[in-house]
Amino acid sequence: MSDKSIANESMIKLTREQLAARVALDIPEGAYVNLGIGLPTLVGNYLPGEGDYFLHSENGLLGMGPAPASGEEDPELINAGKQYVTLLPGGCYFHHGDSFAMIRGGHIDICVLGAFQVAANGDLANWHTGDPDAIPAVGGAMDLAVGAKQIFVMMEHLTRSGESKIVPQCSYPLTGIGCVKRIYTDLAVIDITETGLRVREMVAGLSFEQLQALTAADLVDAT
Amino acid sequence: MIDKSRYTLAESVADIADGAVVLVGGFGMAGMPSELVDALIEQGARDLTIVSNNAGNGETGLAALINKGRVKKMICSFPRQADSHVFDALYRAGRIELELVPQGNLACRMEAAGAGLGAIFTPTAYGTELAEGKECRTIDGKHYVLEYPIQGDYALIKAHQGDRWGNLIYNKSARNFGPIMARAARCTIAQVSDIVGLGELDPEAVVTPGIFVQRVVAV
Repeated sequence: MSDKSIANESMIKLTREQLAARVALDIPEGAYVNLGIGLPTLVGNYLPGEGDYFLHSENGLLGMGPAPASGEEDPELINAGKQYVTLLPGGCYFHHGDSFAMIRGGHIDICVLGAFQVAANGDLANWHTGDPDAIPAVGGAMDLAVGAKQIFVMMEHLTRSGESKIVPQCSYPLTGIGCVKRIYTDLAVIDITETGLRVREMVAGLSFEQLQALTAADLVDAT
Repeated sequence: MIDKSRYTLAESVADIADGAVVLVGGFGMAGMPSELVDALIEQGARDLTIVSNNAGNGETGLAALINKGRVKKMICSFPRQADSHVFDALYRAGRIELELVPQGNLACRMEAAGAGLGAIFTPTAYGTELAEGKECRTIDGKHYVLEYPIQGDYALIKAHQGDRWGNLIYNKSARNFGPIMARAARCTIAQVSDIVGLGELDPEAVVTPGIFVQRVVAV
């Protein structure tokens, strides 16, 4: 992609860890937060240890803690990504009816999800590439997309082949319509508003024009 | 005297007929009633419709049942996993049906069955291909999709402790679908680590009241 080469020279992309740390800055103490499988799970590592943050896992945990020490793993204490976790003092367990009432009932303040594509109007595609050979799997993504008070998407700005994941319209099957409020990528932080995709932050060494050249949907410079 | 804990594993699943709809608890292997599933494999029922969050892990439990060709249809939210090769192969060969249901809809469709509701309007999946062809309604400006209950003929679930009246408590995140599947099946069979005497479970802490459970088996 010729567009990709425009910016490669000077910009400093965020690493996965830096991106997780950036998202964590926007999560206030006291928030009830669901972190999606994969990249979003890393955000939990960057929430300040001295504060009270309530991590929800849709398989039935509130007050989820970090991974257990080696040898302390409990096969009946896992997160939605089926990784071993712990429960903080004050945390609790519940069944799927309660868990998805928390989600769909609007009790979760922030949900951070990964994405294949996000459209300019906030449509989200993150469950299926539409590839006929792919086994479709949706899990709780569609419930989270409609239910959480705010959906943050966290993803790389470009696909591996250099295509923009922020698009005028999703070409992959949708997870939810108009649900994404903010996008955090390894290049920028972008709000989805009624007046368009407003760029709030960019990484060092990247100009707005370069970012726009890498992005398939129209952006507004709000830095 | 009523003793719901009088069954062996084999006796507890003996009457599951060919073509039955069986709800199987668990999220991954947490809460998976592996011993009950093994007893069902041994029992031999075929053409089953299995409702479970996943479509089997590795080669054991639900994956083994699928591998034996006993499952006609899976209703689940997340069949694709790193170790779901048994299901993946049958699905790609067109030898097993899949109804993909968002996880929360899977839960609330079973809750609806357990609560005697005729259907539910859920916001999940509105505007997506999983809502195609389904009735939609706008209520107070918000969009909903009509979904029907999922009623099980049987539920196979795993709990921590139970008593002879069928009261259950669970262990950590192994609780997951157990309590709602118990309500959604005509006959719920719970495998437990421990059968305790009546009154030993704190009535304030009972998670599944015994009315929802027909058989309890210690494993």
